[in-house]
Amino acid sequence: MFSSFMVNTWIAASMVAVIAGVVGFFVVLRGSAFAAHAIPHGSFGGAAGAVLLGVNTILGLGIFAVGGALGIGWLSRRGRHDVATALALVLMLGLGSLFLSFSVEYAGAVYSLLFGEVLGVPSDDLLPMAGLGIACILAIAVLYRPLLLTSITPEVAEARGVRPGRIETGFLLVVALASTMTVPVVGVLLMFSLMIGPAATARSFTSSPLRAIALSVAIALIIVWFGIAIAYVTNYPVGFFVGTLGALSYGSARVWAARRRSRRVGASPGDDGPRLQLTAPLLRAAPPGR
Amino acid sequence: MTEPRPAIGIDDAVLSLDGVSVWLAGREVLHDVRFRVMPGEFTGLIGPNGAGKTTIFRVILGLQPPGAGSVLVGGRPLDRHNPIIGYVPQKVFFDPDMPLRARDVVGLGLDGHRLGIPLRGGGRRQAVDRMLAAVDATHLADARVGNLSGGEQQRVLIAHALISSPRLLLLDEPLANLDIRAEGEVVALLARIAREQRIAVLISAHDVNPLLPVMDRLVYVAAGRTASGTTAEVIRAEVLSALYGQHVDVLRVHGRILVVSGAEGASGVTLEETPGGAAAPDVVALR
Amino acid sequence: MSQLLNALFATGFFASAPVRAAVVVGAVVAVVTGAVGVFTVIRSQAFAGHALGEVGSAGGSLAFLSGTNPLWGYMGVAVIAAGLMEVLGVHRPRARDVATGLVLGAGLGFAALFLYLDTTSTSTTGVTVTILFGSLFTISQPMLPTIVVLSAVALVVIASCYRMLLLSSLSPELAAVRGVPVRAVAIAYLVIMAVAVSLAAETIGTILATALLVGPPATALRLTKRPGGAMVLAGLIGVAAVWIGIVLAYDSFYWPPVDHGWPVSFFVVAMVFVFYLGSGAVASLVRARRDRRVGDPSAMGESGCEPHVDADAA
Repeated sequence: MFSSFMVNTWIAASMVAVIAGVVGFFVVLRGSAFAAHAIPHGSFGGAAGAVLLGVNTILGLGIFAVGGALGIGWLSRRGRHDVATALALVLMLGLGSLFLSFSVEYAGAVYSLLFGEVLGVPSDDLLPMAGLGIACILAIAVLYRPLLLTSITPEVAEARGVRPGRIETGFLLVVALASTMTVPVVGVLLMFSLMIGPAATARSFTSSPLRAIALSVAIALIIVWFGIAIAYVTNYPVGFFVGTLGALSYGSARVWAARRRSRRVGASPGDDGPRLQLTAPLLRAAPPGR
Repeated sequence: MTEPRPAIGIDDAVLSLDGVSVWLAGREVLHDVRFRVMPGEFTGLIGPNGAGKTTIFRVILGLQPPGAGSVLVGGRPLDRHNPIIGYVPQKVFFDPDMPLRARDVVGLGLDGHRLGIPLRGGGRRQAVDRMLAAVDATHLADARVGNLSGGEQQRVLIAHALISSPRLLLLDEPLANLDIRAEGEVVALLARIAREQRIAVLISAHDVNPLLPVMDRLVYVAAGRTASGTTAEVIRAEVLSALYGQHVDVLRVHGRILVVSGAEGASGVTLEETPGGAAAPDVVALR
Repeated sequence: MSQLLNALFATGFFASAPVRAAVVVGAVVAVVTGAVGVFTVIRSQAFAGHALGEVGSAGGSLAFLSGTNPLWGYMGVAVIAAGLMEVLGVHRPRARDVATGLVLGAGLGFAALFLYLDTTSTSTTGVTVTILFGSLFTISQPMLPTIVVLSAVALVVIASCYRMLLLSSLSPELAAVRGVPVRAVAIAYLVIMAVAVSLAAETIGTILATALLVGPPATALRLTKRPGGAMVLAGLIGVAAVWIGIVLAYDSFYWPPVDHGWPVSFFVVAMVFVFYLGSGAVASLVRARRDRRVGDPSAMGESGCEPHVDADAA
């Protein structure tokens, strides 16, 4: 599996995992899982359109992904966020079914676009992928502080002159960018699985944001490498392993965290924080204010 | 309404509202609100839920443009972002799984509105540690914010608001979900901050009693109207009845104040406990 | 009159059996998803609804593989997924988001596997497309009674726990205080949603299932504040969208490219979208008129606490 034509796949997959790990941290933090699913899923319609026009698929994916991100932002201002996401998604897919119906030969490629294809990452694609990936990381770095602030206290952010709506749209655009570059290997449907699983798992092991991002990347890399290796051997789709491994890792992290919590009954606040001083019994007596 | 002119000039006021009125969805929710907060003053914004306290806060923060009147913050008119105001919002929910420590939240108070990643050095860590110490939360610095109790999270949010060295600290119903002990601790902490660092504190609450020991002045909000002054000036049956537009009684028992709606036809009565014992029955009689 | 009818309904519209089946099943499904969807929107569970539909497709492809009726595959897997979502943490909104996402991810992973096995074992290439996009015009006739019965059951269940569901959706704390078993209601609702969505997904495809679960209810909630009225209105809007979509799809056979026809899912989604945007325009017109009437110098769109449901509260 380490032959020359597989090298591209390993490189591409590693890039995908890094991006997914970084972007995914914020997806989970902000509760944007639906958008992270809808944007890649809907961008599929753009790929169908690109095939119809005879243009590069990535272009179609990118246009629809960006359009989806902007559309969700626009609709969110007029209604609920999850309604906006659902409507944007079905509209993009509706257009996709229209484009699909016009081009007869596309049906075979649908599967690999949705679920991923281990083989077939041309060397020409690696450089643009890397470029998009670096752009994603840079965008996240630039938005890092306002993203965190708007994630925990949007009211305070607003009072400090930050516009939560703008930050949200900016973040969705980063998700769009990320999904465009990752589709070839992992597929539209499972890209978001890579964004959710590792980041959700990482939260159970550390409470520092930077460490959580690093851990999220590491777990994503492990899952993707594992997935490719098994997919290569069994010929089953990569997406199957990515999806199930992501859920498994989160499940086991939760079980592990619950076991550790029960072993330390009446212990400190936070999983890895210092123990409460006994000189502050009054604080201990206060019930959770929720 | 009753607003005695301060001896010092208006420019010294940290916050000044004058004739502020706000309409929302065709309804006038605030009418002719006027009060002033001086540096280092502890002011309570008291009133029942829905009276307009949060709207007043939104006006002060520049999030709600007033339909009439003027607002001066630090002597200057409202702007999108007033760095001299530190804000602690009402219901902040921290997800227990969220990977953010108390020190991360406090650090965001310093530069969370700026782009980029927080760089090491530049005294950021020391500033965060100082703030956490100021609110007695040093031992919580590396704890996951979502796992802290309500009172502990309150402290972290106060540190978050304080770290940018504001001149006015705005807290929206900070006592609402705390038990009595945590309530007392937060009030004492805020009073200490106001006193030691000459930071004006404006805190909204629906119950005036926890704030009685530390309040310098209060602004009572009812039905979109306000009355400001000292406790003795404002918490009186005549004043509150005029605000509510109906008869209101003020009962004082063991130094606590109770505001109750009065009987039909009875004019408001202010009762005082007779010194040296419980109120004798005939003192409690209403006309 | 007959000229108008001929213009709207291309020749053979009413004579075609697939069209008649599409009209009936489409309407039934639209009514059920509209009614269930009102609560989906109120409870902000659009993601869960969509996820259940797509996870159901894993069951559909499994059923295809094993040769059993796809409807039971869809429904069985969707109900299991609903249970998993509940178990993994539905109490907090953020945890619910993650749980839904992971169940969806795992479900799609299995869908990928089953579809792969489908195509390799039975060498039918269009399965993927069919599962995801469905086709209103290829409903199997014998399934019609089953679909109608199941839809009716779902509606009856919703109607019977309407008050408990409404209270626990609007204010779980108040409901708990009043003795409503909030957790049980939540699980029951997820299961009902799974049933409704899998009914829709198996017949008209996962796209339309999501579209009808979310679009018409959101539209209805913008036009009326009463949930009961919204459920009826959502059903009507959904039926309208489906029927107009069917007519257009049938007519499109004569549009370019000729003899090909445009997919019905496209038209139905387009109609759902048009109705939603239209209702938004209507709602803001009404609001502007009301604010002008009261003489408000700065007509803001905010409202105070309302006892009814606010469709657009984020």
